This record gives sequence, C-alpha cells and structure tokens, in this order.
Amino acid sequence: MRWRRSTDSKMFKNFPFFPEQASAQAAQVDAIYFFMVAVTAFFSLLIAALVVVFAIKYRRRHDAEIGVAIHGSIALELLWSFIPLVIAMVMFGWGAKVFFDMYRPPAGAMEIFVVGKQWMWKAQHADGMREINELHVPVGRPVKLIMGSEDVIHSYYIPAFRVKADVIPGRYNSLWFTATKPGRYHLFCAEYCGTKHSGMIGWVTAMEPAEYQAWLGGGSTTASPIAAGEKLFNDLACSTCHLANGTGRGPVLSGIFGKNVELQGGGSATVDEAYVRESIVNPQAKIVNGFQPIMPTFQGLVTEEQILQLIAYVRSLSQQAAGAPAGTPGS
Amino acid sequence: METVSYLNDGHGLKSWLLTKDHKRIALLYLVSITAFFGMGGLFAMFIRLELLTPAGDLLQAETYNKMFTMHGVVMVFFFLIPSIPAVLGNFLIPIMIGAKDLAFPRINLISWYIYILGGTFTFVAALSGGVDTGWTFYTPYSTAAANSHVVTAALGIFITGFSSILTGLNFIVTIHRMRAPGLTWFRLPLFVWAHYATSLIMILGTPVIAITVLLVGAERVLHLGFFDPALGGDPVLFQHLFWFYSHPAVYIMILPAMGVMSEIIQAFSRKNIFGYTFVAFSSLAIAIIGFLVWGHHLFVAGQSVYAGLIFSFISFLVAIPSAIKVFNWTATIYKGSISLESPMLYALGFIGLFTIGGLTGLFLSTMGLDIHMHDTYFVVAHFHYIMVGGAIMGYLGGLHYWWPKITGRIYAEIPARIAAGLVFIGFNLTFFPQFIAGYLGMPRRYHEYPPELQVWNVMSSAGASILAVGYAIPLFYLTYSLFAGEKSGADPWGAKGLEWEIPSPPPTSNFEVTPIVTHGTHQYEPSREVGIA
Amino acid sequence: MPNGHSHAEHYPGPLHNPPVKGAAAGVPHHAGHEHHPKLQHHFDSMDQQLEASYLGMWVFLVTEIMFFGGLFMAYLMYRWANPSAFQEASAHLNKAWGAVNTVVLIVSSLTMAMAVRSAQTGAKAKTQVAWLVATMIFGTAFLGVKYVEYSDKFTHHLVPGPHFQWTGQYPAGAEIFYSLYFMMTGLHAVHMIIGLGIMTVIAVMAWRGKFDADYYTPVEVSGLYWHFVDIVWIFLFPLLYLIGAHYGAGH
Repeated sequence: MRWRRSTDSKMFKNFPFFPEQASAQAAQVDAIYFFMVAVTAFFSLLIAALVVVFAIKYRRRHDAEIGVAIHGSIALELLWSFIPLVIAMVMFGWGAKVFFDMYRPPAGAMEIFVVGKQWMWKAQHADGMREINELHVPVGRPVKLIMGSEDVIHSYYIPAFRVKADVIPGRYNSLWFTATKPGRYHLFCAEYCGTKHSGMIGWVTAMEPAEYQAWLGGGSTTASPIAAGEKLFNDLACSTCHLANGTGRGPVLSGIFGKNVELQGGGSATVDEAYVRESIVNPQAKIVNGFQPIMPTFQGLVTEEQILQLIAYVRSLSQQAAGAPAGTPGS
Repeated sequence: METVSYLNDGHGLKSWLLTKDHKRIALLYLVSITAFFGMGGLFAMFIRLELLTPAGDLLQAETYNKMFTMHGVVMVFFFLIPSIPAVLGNFLIPIMIGAKDLAFPRINLISWYIYILGGTFTFVAALSGGVDTGWTFYTPYSTAAANSHVVTAALGIFITGFSSILTGLNFIVTIHRMRAPGLTWFRLPLFVWAHYATSLIMILGTPVIAITVLLVGAERVLHLGFFDPALGGDPVLFQHLFWFYSHPAVYIMILPAMGVMSEIIQAFSRKNIFGYTFVAFSSLAIAIIGFLVWGHHLFVAGQSVYAGLIFSFISFLVAIPSAIKVFNWTATIYKGSISLESPMLYALGFIGLFTIGGLTGLFLSTMGLDIHMHDTYFVVAHFHYIMVGGAIMGYLGGLHYWWPKITGRIYAEIPARIAAGLVFIGFNLTFFPQFIAGYLGMPRRYHEYPPELQVWNVMSSAGASILAVGYAIPLFYLTYSLFAGEKSGADPWGAKGLEWEIPSPPPTSNFEVTPIVTHGTHQYEPSREVGIA
Repeated sequence: MPNGHSHAEHYPGPLHNPPVKGAAAGVPHHAGHEHHPKLQHHFDSMDQQLEASYLGMWVFLVTEIMFFGGLFMAYLMYRWANPSAFQEASAHLNKAWGAVNTVVLIVSSLTMAMAVRSAQTGAKAKTQVAWLVATMIFGTAFLGVKYVEYSDKFTHHLVPGPHFQWTGQYPAGAEIFYSLYFMMTGLHAVHMIIGLGIMTVIAVMAWRGKFDADYYTPVEVSGLYWHFVDIVWIFLFPLLYLIGAHYGAGH
C-alpha cells in the first residue's frame, strides 16, 4: 500500500483551510496567521498534556489523601508572565507592521469608486466603466477603492486578497490591494446591514493587464466619473459661484484639491475627498476664510455616487493627476 | 425530623417571592436564568438548522436575522452576564465571608425583579416579531433602517442593566464591610476575589451601555441625531460607546467562571492554589486593563491607526493575567490528590478550552490579521470558546460542585460525567470548524453561504445537536436528585472553605455563631484547623 | 460549640466595630435583643450598617457618574467637531435662567446639609422637616424654571426633529447641540424628580420622629444623592450655557 503525501491529498484541494493567496498582502497575512496557529497549538497542547498527565499521575489513591503543600514560586510566576509577554509583543509588532503596509496605498494606485447600498455594491472605474456586485481589476497593479455608503454601514471584504474595510455613511473609507493571480474571487458584505446582508455578495475578477484593457475598452457607455462630475457641476449650477477667474462668490476650485485652506473662525483643513463631500452636504461646517456662508446644502439632492463623481471632477482641476493620497481605512 | 434550613424556613409562594434571604434569591435567579438559557438555545437551534445547507431555505432572511439577534441578546444579557454572580455569587459570597446575608438584602430581591421586568420586555419584543439588528445594534441601521422592535428590546436591556449594577454594588459593599473578624483580604477565597473584580466592571461599565441604548431609543423615537449621519450624528461614536461597555462585559462573563475554577481545582486536588496572590491580583488586572481595549472592535471601522495601535497593544497585555491563571491552575494540579468527579471534569475542560479561546483572541488583536478575520466566523468561534467553553463550563461545574450545599442532595455521578463528556465533545465539534470557516472567509450573520463552506457548517450543526443533549441531561438528574437524591452532609467532597463548615442545606442565617477566621480559608495541610476556630 | 470569646481576646479582627451588646462576634445570634430598633439583623452593629449604607450610596454615585459620562463624551466629541456651531447655538439659551437655577441648586444643597446636620444633632422633628421641605421647594423651583425654558424652546422651534428651525449660520450643528441639551438637562431633570420623591419619603420619616443623633443614615445618604445631582448641574451649566460667553460681550 502506498501512502500519499498529505500535500497530494485531495482533502486539501476539496477542504482548504485558507483561501487562495491572490494578492501581494495575502502571503504576509497568512505568514503571521500560521505563526499564531503554531503558538496556539503549542501552548494548548502543552497545557492539555500537562493537565492529562497530572490528572493521571497524581490521581487520588485513597479517600483521605491530600495534595502536597506547595504555595507558589515567584520565579515561576515571573517566568510565565515574561515569556508570554515577549511572545505577545512579537505578535503585536509583526501585526502592526503588516497593518501599516496594508494601510498606506502606494502613490499612483489606480482608483475605483465604490458605493454600498442595501443590498448591492456599485463600482465605477476611472474611465466610466460601471459594475454592480462585480469588480474587475488588473493583476500586478495597486488598486485603491474609495468607498461610501448610501444608507447603513456595510463592509467590503475580499477574502482571497485578505482585505476588508467598513463602508460607513457620512464618510469615506478606503482599502488597497495588488492582485497577483488572475481568477474569480468572492466579494462579501461583512457588516450586518439588514434583510439581504448575506445576499450582498459578488465576484472580484483579476485579469492580466491586457485582458483588463480589453474589458475596459469594450463596453463603457457611461461617462467617466470626471466627465459625469463635470456635467453635474454645471447642471447643479455650482459653476455660477465657483468661477474659475476668482471673482465668484465661492472659492476657486482649480488647484485647490490637496491644499490646506484657512477656515473662518480659525483653524485650517486639507481639501481632500472628505472635505469636498462635507462641503457639498453640510456647507456651513467649514467655510473658507473670507467667503460668505451662503452655499446651499445639496444633501438629499445628490446620491453618494454623484458626490464621488463631483469629487473626481474637482480633483481633476488640480495640477497633480492622482490627487493627494487620502489614506486607507481612516481618512 | 427535619432540621430547619433556608429551604423549609417559610412555605408558600409569598415566602419565596418576597424573600430577603440571599440563598432563596439565588434560586429565583437559577430558575429564571435556566428559562432564558433555554430560550437562547432555541434560537441557536434555528441558526444551526438553517446553516446545514448553503441556501437560505429553512427561514426567511428576515426571520434568520431575528434568530441570531435574539440569540445574542438573550444569551449575553439574560444568561451569561447574570448567571454565575446572580446564582452562585449570591448564594456563596455571604457564606464564604462569614456573614449572614449580603449588605442590602432588599436591593438583592429588587435586582431579581428588575431582571424579570427587563426579561419580560425582551420576551415581548421576541413574541411580537423580534429584533433584527444583531445584539450589537449598530447604527444607523438600528436607529433608522430596521423596522423591528428595536425600542422594546433596547428598553429590556436598559432595565436589566440596573439588575447588574445593583448586584455589583451589593457585592462590593458586602465584601468591604461584612467580612468576618480575621478575614483579611488575602485570606479571601479566590471566588470572592473574582466576584469583586467582576463587580467593579459591573458598576463602572453597565451605566455606559445604559446611556447608549437610551440614546438609540431617543434617536429612533424622537429623531435626536446622535448616531445617524443623516441627522448629523456619527455612527462610529455609537460603536465606541457600545464597546466601551461590551468589551469589559465579556470579562463580567468570564471572571466569575475563573473564580469557580480556582475553587474546584483546589477542592478536587485537595491542595491550595499555586500562587494565590498572583491569581487574586490577576482578576483585578483583567478588570482594569479590560476597560482599555474596546477599540480592537473598530480596527476596520476607520478609527485612527494610532488609536488602533494602542488598543492592539493593550489587548495583548490583557491576555497576560489570564495566562497567569491558566499556569497557576495547572501548577495546582501538580502533586495534588486528583479525583475526577463531574465538577473537576468541567474544570479541566475549561482549562483547555479557555486556553484555545484566549489565544484565538490574540489573532484578533493582531491588527494586520484582524482585517481579514473581523466579522467572520473566526470571531464567532473565538467568543464561543470563551463564553461556552469557558463561562458555561464554569457555571455548570460550579452548579455541580455546590449542588449538595445548595440543595442538601447528591446527584447521580454517572449521568453527570456522561453529560460533561457530551458537552466537551459536542462543543468542540460545534465551534472548532467555525475557526476554519472563518479564515476561509465566511462572514458572520449570513444565512446563506458559498457551497464550499458547507462541510464545516454541517460539522458545526452536528456538534450543536450533541451539545444540546449534553445540556439537557443535567436538567433531569439534578431535578431528580431534589426528590430522590442521597442526602448530603456538610462536606461531601472533602473540601475546605467556610461554606463546607455549615450544614447542607444551610440554615437561613448561615452561621449560628459569626466565625472568627485565623488562617486562609483553604488550608489542606493536615496540621492546621480551618474556619470556625 | 467552641467558645468564641478566647479568640476574640487574642485576635481583634480587621473590622473596627465596637462590640455592641448582644451582637458581638462569637455570641450566638439570638442572645438578647438589646440593640437599636433600626439595626437590621444581618449586620453585627449599627456602625457596620451605617458604613455599609454610605459605601453603597458612594458606589451608586460612581455608577451615576459613568451614566452621565457617556453623554458628556458625546458632547465632547460633537463640540470638538463643531465649535462654532455650538457657540452659536448656546447663545440662544437664557443665561439668566441658567444662573438662577445654579444658585437655586446650590442653596438647596445648603438646606440639605442643614437638614442632615439637624438630624445629626438630634434637633426637633419640626426643624428637620423644615430644612427638608426648604430643599424640596428649591428643587421644585429648579424644575419650574426648566419648564419655562423648555416651553420657550418649543415656541421658538428649537426642539430637534421635524419641527426644528434654525435661522443662524450652522443649522446642522445647532440641532446636534439641542439634541444634547435636551438629553442632558432632561436626564438631569429626571434625577431631580427622583430626588424630590426621595425627599418626600425622608421628610415623612422625619415628621414621624425617626431620625436622631443615633440614627440619621437615610438623611445623610439622601443628602449625598442630592449633592450629586447638584454637582452634575454645576458641570452642565457652563458647558451648555456659557460657551464663548465673556464678561461684557453683547449678544
């Protein structure tokens, strides 16, 4: 009888213990996971073995027997406090490093806007391609998702990439990844959001760059976010106050994205996605110094998607093409 | 001729419903807590039945969402948090410190009625259609989008919180002011230390969940904008306020079980605990540090990365006192005189399962790893290892250990061991596969899932059925023992402690003479006398 | 049964309870009932009972601090995020009424302290009741002023919700401010009402001559509660009414 090696075994093909590693970060995350599994297995088995061995070796042999009088040992206490502490600090440090790497997207990451709403995921690529419950990305290129919610908290989760970020109404969160393996991977909503929470799922498709270009080129009938944003900007009459020549009632918007502005009442703010969004839905909150508080609010008049398009347009008016990286889970 | 014990000191419903005796109040709690455990278990049964198949074919999505919500609400607030303190703590703390009752007996009774009132609101919420927000009530879903009985359930939790607060208050004052002469702090049983630390958390943390659910109610009913961004509020503020209590709450659930563990292990090893001072202080350390880690529930919610770092660091620190306890318990067994009756089986099972549960918590404290694991079944497995493999085993172990003292009867040991074995096996089969399903990416609160995850879910549901049988069996032999069990003497286990010096069941006033304590209460050395001198 | 007395001589015990006749440690429970009529049976001495009651009330007040604490945290967070809005909204609160209420409560704490003192020194029942009733009158006055203020808010559409109207510069921030205002002062008012209920009970007990120099614990413990409710207002007043207020600043 020949014994199969466990790595040949069908069991692991049919019953995997971890998802595919389809992103650059996945291997990093799995490495720390396996380390912690090893530590957990070691200590659990050690304690279990000690308990079983002691329970048998020191089993009571007659009714009146009592145990040996041992009260404690400071040396042992310090030893078994210090060693776990060291192991814990290793885990903490390693985990923090992995987190930092996953937190900061590289400059020049390709951006895709995502809006979650009960119960679907809408994505819009920079050139206008839209998807519902799907996300097509190229392999080998960092991709940053900028995400907002129309209604309640959702969470965008791609197990194969080991990435997740909550999608929270009223603010933007982002995540980034670099897909490394072409394929189709699960997309889940990972924050309970109501009736069809478990139906708010989809597929992330990673493609070779050439195929991705082909996919992009082959079907966008909708305008790019920037073009859509420009149209909105004019349709909603933003252009009547935000004149480009500086004589308007509102600040000049070209070149402003990414800069710091002085606020009325003291303080300053960086003009990033969150600031632009706030200026649209709650304009009185942070007014640039020297301007009157007369901008009307557009809350309820524009959807989250449209706000993202306006942001894309305002960003495009700045000199830097990619805009200021606004940071990942947390902006 | 029957001696007068607290059980037959007064007959009739009124003597029970208007009792001021801490022992009778403990039994009132025992009955109601068992009822809520059954209710929570019923909801769990529906969850595991649905999850046998990948398709959502047993229940409507909305119904399933209500099942897991109600399972969480009932189990957390109406079973896990009160169980050991309200049943075993109430019964034993006065006796263990040589007192006749708790400091405030009437407040003790009122706290049971408050618990019942809160439970009634929750029961009404369940009957009239349920809540579907998850036990975590995240906003703005709970305040703006959910159209289920959120306010009724929130009110139930608000009211029951006061039961917890009053119990904690009573314990703190009792332990400070009513110890028998000679009973210094470092002669206290570790069960008392554990409950003191638990009470600190109860009084400091519970008011915060109270104000949080009040604000949720105010936002839902009066449209005051605290947490809904559409009303100008901040949904992450809710999460901070909610977890500020709910994280320490898990220490409310586990610390009393750890106290039970210390008692059982000493008794069934006939040996004093190894490292008494360290174990005592570790309870306080867990209580204090436990208040500083709540942000580890918000790693992916968008809080500042520096806040995340601090919370992750402190979350690792809080594991150390728990590790100290596990090592000290193991060292206590070394060179003890071990007997494996059912309480000890629960205790030894606890050590293993709590170790796994605690260590898997470290996975979640690791920031880079939590991104992948947050809101997956890995988290569900982790907390069930601690709350079921830990707290419930502690509760059952303690219930068995002190059953002869409470009832004056001995239960049948053989079905007890069978039940303990079934609980251990069933538990592991239920929850270990969930670690795997979670790392594979199965999110929480899903009633349908990708087919490749089915094998783990089937294993889990199979385990749950075994676990259910394991939990049901004690109902029978424990009840049977009340009528036909052998009468127990004062100290059936040969254990040390003030509670084993008085009759089983105890007289109403516990001690005819207030004891004067001259040594630590657990002294297994044959040369020293213990307890009432 | 071992005789407890010899051990009592050798080991004084950690509790500094002066032995009370008939309830000393080591003496069987039912020997002699010459103890204070108010001594509850599970306590060994009046001293122990009194200390337990005080500790109990202090622990309860700690829970109240945590209860209000959550609200103060929400206030801190929103004020940090909307400083100008809060300042603008606060200006619409009537500082005069707020100041009156502050003085009213401080005086009520004085009358409460006098009530405790009168019981402690064994003053006539009438004196005790007089101080307690004075405290209740001030407490009711406080609630009356709050009623006037709340009605004013209703009339001027400053109650958050569908009827909220704001003509100033920061409507969103103002609505958050008023949500916090109503929640914080409302919760405080509920505590005042409960306090008045407690005072009624204490006043009736005092009228019946229950309190003297040997036993006045309920008065003192209620006093602690009353002082706490007062102190919460001392924090609420500047945080809600005095944002951005300066001497001589017109508004």
